[in-house]
Amino acid sequence: MSQEQAYAIELSHIDKKFGAVHANRDISLQVPKGTIHGIIGENGAGKSTLMSIIYGFYKADKGSMMIDGKPFLPSSSQDAIASGVGMVHQHFMLVETFTVLENVVLGAEDGWKLNESLASAKLKLEELATSYGLEVPVDAIVGELPVGLQQRVEILKALYRGAKILILDEPTGVLTPQEADHLFKILDKLRAQGTTIMIITHKLREVLAVTDNVSVMRQGAMVGHVATKDTSQEHLAEMMVGRKVLLKVDRGQAAPKQSLIEVKDLCYVDSSGVERVKKMSFSVRSGEIVGIAGVSGNGQSELLSLLGGIIKPTSGEIVLNNNTISAANPSDPQLVRAMGVGHIPEDRHKMGLINKFEAQEAYIMGYHQLPMYNKGLLQDKKAINQSCQTNMDKWDVRPADPTLKTANFSGGNQQKLVIAREMEQDPDVLLVGQPTRGVDIGAIEYIHQQVISSRDAGKAVLLVSVELDEIMNLADRIIVLFDGAVVGEVNSDDANEQILGLMMANIMPEHLKKGAKPQGEQS
Amino acid sequence: MFETLILMLDATIRVATPLIFASLAGMFCERSGIVNIALEGKLLAAAFAGAAVAYVTGSAWLGCIAGVLVAVCMSLLHGFATITHRGDQVVSGMAINILAVGLTVTLGRHWFKQGGQTPALSGDARFAPIHLPGADALQDVPVIGLLYSELISGHSLLEYVAFAAVPIAWYILFKTRFGLRLRAVGESPSAVDTAGISVAKMRYSAVIICGILVGLGGVYLSVGQTAQFIPNMSAGKGYMALAALIFGKWKPWTAMGACLLFGFLDSMAIRLQGVSIGEFQIPVQAIEAVPYVLTVFLLAGFIGKAVAPKAIGVPYSKERE
Repeated sequence: MSQEQAYAIELSHIDKKFGAVHANRDISLQVPKGTIHGIIGENGAGKSTLMSIIYGFYKADKGSMMIDGKPFLPSSSQDAIASGVGMVHQHFMLVETFTVLENVVLGAEDGWKLNESLASAKLKLEELATSYGLEVPVDAIVGELPVGLQQRVEILKALYRGAKILILDEPTGVLTPQEADHLFKILDKLRAQGTTIMIITHKLREVLAVTDNVSVMRQGAMVGHVATKDTSQEHLAEMMVGRKVLLKVDRGQAAPKQSLIEVKDLCYVDSSGVERVKKMSFSVRSGEIVGIAGVSGNGQSELLSLLGGIIKPTSGEIVLNNNTISAANPSDPQLVRAMGVGHIPEDRHKMGLINKFEAQEAYIMGYHQLPMYNKGLLQDKKAINQSCQTNMDKWDVRPADPTLKTANFSGGNQQKLVIAREMEQDPDVLLVGQPTRGVDIGAIEYIHQQVISSRDAGKAVLLVSVELDEIMNLADRIIVLFDGAVVGEVNSDDANEQILGLMMANIMPEHLKKGAKPQGEQS
Repeated sequence: MFETLILMLDATIRVATPLIFASLAGMFCERSGIVNIALEGKLLAAAFAGAAVAYVTGSAWLGCIAGVLVAVCMSLLHGFATITHRGDQVVSGMAINILAVGLTVTLGRHWFKQGGQTPALSGDARFAPIHLPGADALQDVPVIGLLYSELISGHSLLEYVAFAAVPIAWYILFKTRFGLRLRAVGESPSAVDTAGISVAKMRYSAVIICGILVGLGGVYLSVGQTAQFIPNMSAGKGYMALAALIFGKWKPWTAMGACLLFGFLDSMAIRLQGVSIGEFQIPVQAIEAVPYVLTVFLLAGFIGKAVAPKAIGVPYSKERE
């Protein structure tokens, strides 16, 4: 192999620090031309930083890069674009109020007159669309398109600028399995036409499905490169974490008893008049985990808020542990907690914790009025500290320092702190939202075990997650939501990616429809 | 009756002119994602600089240049605080407003010794009304004559500039590359940054344009309208312009419409002074309050959903949380 020509991009000894954080340590990487290269690693492993360096967003402190054998030193994204690097960010870099065309043209206009740029871009986009199967409605407003199409716009943006190297950061995070498959087909086509693709992801299955080679990062350093055909999920996970990891937690048969969550014809209309939750009905029994699946934004957040007493139902009712909540008899988070409900919110940064608080303060939030934390009118600091200390040890929150600011814990440990807080009060009902979002593989394993053991202790667990793997691993029954309504329910033994993917797109497979398979229905 | 209406409309234009300048200025600034409550202070500072220089040099043009320069400098200060140093945009704007109120009076007292006012401007130190061709000839033609000679002709240069600035601003904002990037930077600065365009450069250009426009508005207040500087003469016009901008949903034509509406309410209030209903004389203060009260009502209830540029008020930083 003639080395100079064969690599689309070559990094040597890239080093980058942000203050005290050593984000990238001495990273070297070679990506052969016309291949799909996966970069995997846990949160904070430095993948995104590395890609941002290639894209000219950050500047490396040390090291050098080559593109097609030529030295490459981008000092801005503009330089990277000019050298043929395109990037699709995890959070799309789109102007939502603009049309597709305007988004594509932004920053790559032909001249100062907008109409001329738009007209010529339209022609070029049509060409690109036909040659790569990337059809998009060019005059639609981007914010009104589904995420799968928005992502296509991002890819088109890169190709429009002549990208020969395409970097995708967590591209499937927001997609249904079918949309993800479609994306992979597009990537195949791009590869066939000579584009080099780098994918950053934490989804091991996808890495195996789509890449040619994989590089694994851990704590800012490159720990290994392997050819995809020579590796496995377990092997990659071990490289990422540095020890053996159980990807699938063992889960015994559920032994459900009486129903603790009853949702009947629940509706919720938000303040702008949009119906977010439409006539939902289901139940969750003691000793089982019911998973709520769906592409994010299909009513899951509202459902959790309704159950948690944060918003009040427009109609219908919720029976939590024999307490009825309805429009006429609304509740609040304090009351809901008093009913024996623990709520691990979806977004720990917005709802679960206050980043600037100390761990022990965050640890009592929502339970701060309990007698055990108070002495007369004053808080009992000592009791709080002790309780927090005890439970940090018990729930493996590291570092176990109750006075450390919440923001200084890793995502996994923040989440463990929230879980500790909610579970320690021994609730009968547990509402769990996205328990492992932004959490390392090692901590995921632990959190999953905790969720299952609380089920085995007889709690009714409602699990909302956008990660299908998580739902299938944990839930006993799976309810799929689409556009605020229940599409259907499957037993997790009958469920697979394909079926759930279809349901997430509001298509109920024939053989699972009510009546066709009675043992799958329990409500 | 018709003549009264024409006179009221004529007054409307005079009142609306500084509002139009200021709200277009605010539009460029806010479309780029920078909140600008400093319009008020910049109007005042430009009015003072304009009147002072016009008086000293005897030239309205030099006054105009001085006023614009001062407003641009203040805009740059706002930009330096909020773009370069990512300061809070409202705090910075408020600081500029306070600075302008104090500084204009202090300097005015020291320089002109008239309690903060500048001496009255006359002759070349003012912008003379421009009589359009044929205005005199048409004067006696019914309807059209009055309309043309009173309403369309006979305004000072800056009034025409203000109305001409509206379509120009529209064209720049919606039909040029610069406009596309400006609107993008106010909606999603990270999209602009990753497209290889400098967010800071775009925002600085926006605050400079803002300075020029609001400077013209300030100069109009003193050199054009009143013929002298009076302490605090901006009297909330900057805030009114901001309200018009929101009322007009950050678009030039509708913002102009809102400015004209405010101007019309104001001139109506002047007309209504001394009018009594039966025995009851309407107090002047009540009438003067009408435009402001209406503004509150209009903003509160009648404009529907005004969607601000999404990134407004948020300093842009590349670093992730």
